[in-house]
Amino acid sequence: MQVGIVGYGVYIPKFRIKVHEIARVWNEDGETMAKGLGVSEVSVPDLDEDTTTIAVEAARNAIKQSGIDPRKIGALYVGSESHPYAVNPTASTVAEAISAGPGDFTCADLEFACKAGTAGIQMCMGMVAAGQIEYGVAIGSDCAQGRPGDALEYSASAGACALILGQKGIIAEIEGTYSYSTDTPDFFRREGENFPSHGSRFTGKPAYFRHVLNGATGLMTKLGLTVEDFDYACFHSPNGKFPIIAANTLKIPFEKVEPSLVVRAIGNTYSASAMLSMARLLDICEPDQRILMVAYGSGAGSDAFSLKTTDLLLEKRDQVPKVDDYVNNKVYIDYAIYAKHRGKILDMT
Amino acid sequence: MTRDVAIIGQGMTKFQEHWDRGVRELAAEAITEALQDATISHEQVQALFVGSMGRFGGQEHIGALVADYTGLTPIPATRVEAGCACGALAMRSAFLAVLSGLYDIVVACGVEKMTDLTDSGDLISALGAASDQEWELQAGLTFPAVYALMARAHMAKYGTTKEQLAMVSAKNHKNAVNNPKAHFRREFTIQQILQAKMVCAPLGLLDCSPVSDGAAAIVIADSEIAETHECPVWIRGSGHASDTIALQDRPTITNIPAAQVAARKAYEYAEISPDEVDVAEIHDNFTIGELMGLEDLGFVPEGQGGIATEAGETQIEGGKLPVNTSGGLKARGNPIGATGIAQAIEIMLQLRDNAGKRQVEDVEVGLTHSIGGSGATAIVTLLSSKRR
Amino acid sequence: MTILAEPSIPEYWRGINARFRLEGTECADCGRRTFPPRIVCPRCKSTKTIPKQFSGKGTLRSYTIVYEAPKGQELHVPYVMGLVELEEGPTVTAQIVDVNPDALKIGLELEVVFRKISAGGRRGIVRYGFKFQPLQYPLHTSNA
Repeated sequence: MQVGIVGYGVYIPKFRIKVHEIARVWNEDGETMAKGLGVSEVSVPDLDEDTTTIAVEAARNAIKQSGIDPRKIGALYVGSESHPYAVNPTASTVAEAISAGPGDFTCADLEFACKAGTAGIQMCMGMVAAGQIEYGVAIGSDCAQGRPGDALEYSASAGACALILGQKGIIAEIEGTYSYSTDTPDFFRREGENFPSHGSRFTGKPAYFRHVLNGATGLMTKLGLTVEDFDYACFHSPNGKFPIIAANTLKIPFEKVEPSLVVRAIGNTYSASAMLSMARLLDICEPDQRILMVAYGSGAGSDAFSLKTTDLLLEKRDQVPKVDDYVNNKVYIDYAIYAKHRGKILDMT
Repeated sequence: MTRDVAIIGQGMTKFQEHWDRGVRELAAEAITEALQDATISHEQVQALFVGSMGRFGGQEHIGALVADYTGLTPIPATRVEAGCACGALAMRSAFLAVLSGLYDIVVACGVEKMTDLTDSGDLISALGAASDQEWELQAGLTFPAVYALMARAHMAKYGTTKEQLAMVSAKNHKNAVNNPKAHFRREFTIQQILQAKMVCAPLGLLDCSPVSDGAAAIVIADSEIAETHECPVWIRGSGHASDTIALQDRPTITNIPAAQVAARKAYEYAEISPDEVDVAEIHDNFTIGELMGLEDLGFVPEGQGGIATEAGETQIEGGKLPVNTSGGLKARGNPIGATGIAQAIEIMLQLRDNAGKRQVEDVEVGLTHSIGGSGATAIVTLLSSKRR
Repeated sequence: MTILAEPSIPEYWRGINARFRLEGTECADCGRRTFPPRIVCPRCKSTKTIPKQFSGKGTLRSYTIVYEAPKGQELHVPYVMGLVELEEGPTVTAQIVDVNPDALKIGLELEVVFRKISAGGRRGIVRYGFKFQPLQYPLHTSNA
């Protein structure tokens, strides 16, 4: 039974802070930081934006692109590591804002570091394939935070991507999914803490690469595919380097990954990262092309997907703004304004 | 028609920050002075209307409170509220009470204690309660912002300038120098007003009336009693109209339709036309308010409020129709509930030839114009030294 | 003392359809549309009003820049407030975001966005609602 993406929508807030500017504040060399991370600037939410508001904007774009009646949505999941509440769902606010529900409709918030959004894709896939729902919405959305002065501050950013899954009007079929999950505490945040902690170099080989590479190879084995069968690939992007190394290791040519590297222009959007990268590929590719997407979440796990685009993609994707439209719509701010926006000035409520 | 009704006495506190006085003390001072001026005793007062928003302190049941602390119990005491038109509404309510024939002597008092609310954020929010609290204030539209929207639209439609707005403020401040009860008795130049800190563009600090404490009271009586007094001031006409609570729902945002309706009713009742008015107190909670008032009251053609002001038509010295000789809300001060009564008192003083250095020559008819919120309430009152 | 610069939770919840989706009412008898929703039609006084969701497209009828904020909006100062005339007829009051003050003019074309209205402090709820932004080509490629 065919299950696929019926519509997709993205949203990236317009403010940007340059890596050089963050470096200036912490007495680091901006050039070194930017080159080392493969990121030049990161997106920053406005004072009145949060994970919920940007999820709504992305979802509204997806609904518009898909042309579906939102009342036919049977399930909606929002994956994030910056849900505004510890207890109170983001998903229900998003649902009300897009006219989904209230009846014969389920929704919930998901967490698994940066793969909370793709976990939602897998749940919707199952429910659609089982005939339990007609359409499901999976959203990855984050307004990420890095501890002031910490390495993560240079890459943490904000963005959202919403996918509508269904069986009718598919623009990209999901051929299959494969996940690789272990207990690997490479990056974490305790309840009540403002900022996450991480294991520096431990986040590389034992964490990101182990799970991403196993996810990709496991998927290919499961579906009987090889690297040559894919036209494009995208990976969760904690910085501008890891996805390139992952591609290299899998012997995927750089030009197949390069168009997905939104991270270089806007930073790591956490739960939206892999999905936004995939959205960029959907923005530019042709029908009948195959895309590999591997999301990674610390803690740790990977979700890998194989997508095959259809002719409908060309009909639908011009209906709403594309990733590049948001990437290019930007206003620079300095660290002081950035700190004000991100609540890093103490006693801001 | 029916009875003729007049104001026979007045009293008011100075309008200022009264740190050492609350609502009870302010109202008592004003009412006591009014009763003395009217030469009547407490026992002769038959009803009391108190105009007060009260929101700045939270005390409700202000009618009874004032009756209690002024020694007026057990007469019926009623608090009336209509945004910034509370005082005018108290006056109208007292007028209607005497007009009905059920009462002969009624006191109308306006009082407001605003400065106890020291947190400026809370104060700004409290002021917004006169507009649509849910759909205007809570969306971020403060009260000055509502008038700023009207000012912007007026400037775009008629070419009104910031300089013309500033001239209203400059004139009213100059007038207040000669008003011992005024909050601010110093002059400002046009330049100073234009350079004042922005509150809500295009309105700056000196385009906005201040936060003041104060009380004002008048004694209203029927003609039989009024004729025994030396200088009764007759309430020749009273008009009261309502409109949408929110600015967004009005077909026009460059004028206040309720003011036009209220004015028409007052003029019709009094059989007086706008060009017979000799002096007026116009609701200048913001400078744009005086310009729109000039137009709504039929004193100048639509859109020409700024031009008339610039031409000096509203000055005491050589003006066709002196406006806000008291200093207006801007300089005399604006304790919300008291303002409408204070306007009537200024007209009374003018009609009695008691306005000192602010006196306008040959006044026989005066008008007060009081607006609640952004124009959801308008009350226009015509007063005269002549009974008919 | 409670100064209600933001709605209480029940009042906020009651208005969610209006706040999130710009849902007002339309009179079944005379067609007049209103926002926020009304039980009584202001034009023909009929009580047959039905829910009507507005598209969120409109033009700027007037605007101001607020420098002194009510409680909860202090961080946003200075911010732009506007009267937005929706294409369906009613005018709504909202903050205008993502706009260069130099670009503000009566008649500016706008569309609705979903934003936080007030952040709720450390312990309260976040209140969401509508604001407006200028149409920004190429972010708005379709007239649909």
